[in-house]
Amino acid sequence: MQIYLPIAEVSVNAFLLLGLGGMVGVLSGMFGVGGGFLMTPLLFFIGIPPAVAVATEANQIVASSFSGVLAHLRRKTVDLRMGTVLLVGGLTGAGLGVVVFNYLKSLGQVDLLVTLCYVIFLGVVGSLMFIESLRALRKSRKGIAAPSKRRQRGWVHSMPFKMRFRTSGLYISVIPPILVGLCVGVLSAIMGVGGGFIMVPAMIYLLGMPTKVVVGTSLFQIIFVTGFTTMLHATTNYTVDIVLAVLLLIGGVVGAQIGTVIGARMPAEQLRVLLAALVLVVCGKLALDLLIEPSELYSLGTAGGH
Amino acid sequence: MLKRLIVLLVLCCTPALAVEEQVVLGLSQDRVAITATFDGSEILIFGAVKRETPIPEGPPLEVIVAVAGPSGPVTVRRKERKLGIWVNTDSVLVDLAPSFYAVATSGPLDDILTDTEDLRYRVSIERAIRSVGAAMHIRGAQEFADAVIRIRESESLYSIRENTVAVDEQTLFRTSIAMPADLTEGNYSARIFLTRGGEVVSQYETVIDVRKVGLERLLYSMSREQPVWYGLMSLVIAIAAGWGASTAFRLLREN
Repeated sequence: MQIYLPIAEVSVNAFLLLGLGGMVGVLSGMFGVGGGFLMTPLLFFIGIPPAVAVATEANQIVASSFSGVLAHLRRKTVDLRMGTVLLVGGLTGAGLGVVVFNYLKSLGQVDLLVTLCYVIFLGVVGSLMFIESLRALRKSRKGIAAPSKRRQRGWVHSMPFKMRFRTSGLYISVIPPILVGLCVGVLSAIMGVGGGFIMVPAMIYLLGMPTKVVVGTSLFQIIFVTGFTTMLHATTNYTVDIVLAVLLLIGGVVGAQIGTVIGARMPAEQLRVLLAALVLVVCGKLALDLLIEPSELYSLGTAGGH
Repeated sequence: MLKRLIVLLVLCCTPALAVEEQVVLGLSQDRVAITATFDGSEILIFGAVKRETPIPEGPPLEVIVAVAGPSGPVTVRRKERKLGIWVNTDSVLVDLAPSFYAVATSGPLDDILTDTEDLRYRVSIERAIRSVGAAMHIRGAQEFADAVIRIRESESLYSIRENTVAVDEQTLFRTSIAMPADLTEGNYSARIFLTRGGEVVSQYETVIDVRKVGLERLLYSMSREQPVWYGLMSLVIAIAAGWGASTAFRLLREN
């Protein structure tokens, strides 16, 4: 069944969108990631204009993270104070990101920027995750429990403006969380992702937050930042396609439920290796597009808005 | 006095008499509604040639039908390899290019329309695009205009289909123009040319109205006119849909 998307102004198969949503949903349920980093490139591949894909994906992430945050709030695994500090950085970052996005759009370089961001971040995060999880896998084979690392007192702890985060049991400066939030905000606006795949490692390794509050807190920050991004894109670029978002969402929610069941039956280490491999595959595909001579060297854009 | 009036009348009528053959046109639809399930459309264009005199001697009557979407400027960018990766470098602004352009003819276009007439009426795809403002410092500005044609042809937005207009007895003609699913809104012009020996002997123009309707219209106008409310509405709808679906799924599994 073909459906004409009112904002993207393209006609696509509704079942393809439901299927894509479902597929990414299964993966996000399995690995506990948002899936924005997979969905946005997939939308490019099926011919949705990049600007619409990024803005609509932000809208979809708000919705798909919403039920997750509710669940974490019930279990009290959200550090609201840390979330708010991250959010301050995040909103500023999102604002900056949209400004950069619109500027590069006027130069015709927005596709390049989005692709480069994907290649760099997916490459770095994917490789780190791959190495780390392989090491963990080898250790678990040998049957030695990984020694729990003592919290390091590094540069993060020597900065001013210290604040007590009771839920996380931390007493650290607010500067590192604000910076983490800022980076994630910029990425969310440019790449159309929630940024969980950057934020979660940063919270664990950089800020030293306990793992049990990390996911809830990052989701809390993500819904507000992506919500803000959605509003910025809707008011400056008019690129949020609600029909597209709802179709992806319905597929995504159903897929996520299936994915969670699959994920619960697989060992955690293997799951992480798989996720890392997946991230690297997406990264490799995008990198190839930049490196190989495209079959069509020319591209069309509307001049001076719609 | 009366004589003068008659002379004047005759003079007035002369130009009308010069057009010996005129088009009487019919369209299967003069408006295309883009609904949520819009999947392209086919417009049947048919008509007859009205004439007061017998069919002239000489080369037979040929018919050209050209349907054009709203025109607008298009920025064409070219990729080049910089630091090992392919990036957009040069760009050329093509002043006016129709968003959709389809030509159907009753014979090979080169045979039934001379270059001069093509230039005058802008019938062929190459002539329908105007790029006078192309930057002089860029080599091969023509390549950019060609790229517009090539890309839009591959998206079936531009097409030339020769020998697809059926002409009977040099009087009746009919053809159909396929409109793809990815249409933009606006007034589409349908032009019909009658030619003999490459010269245009008559032309006729009408408008096909292409509009988003219903939900498509509502969402599109709202996103442009009330962007803040549209954004908020998108968030609320998406959250409600996501939360609703996951709750429904959970309830389904618990029972």
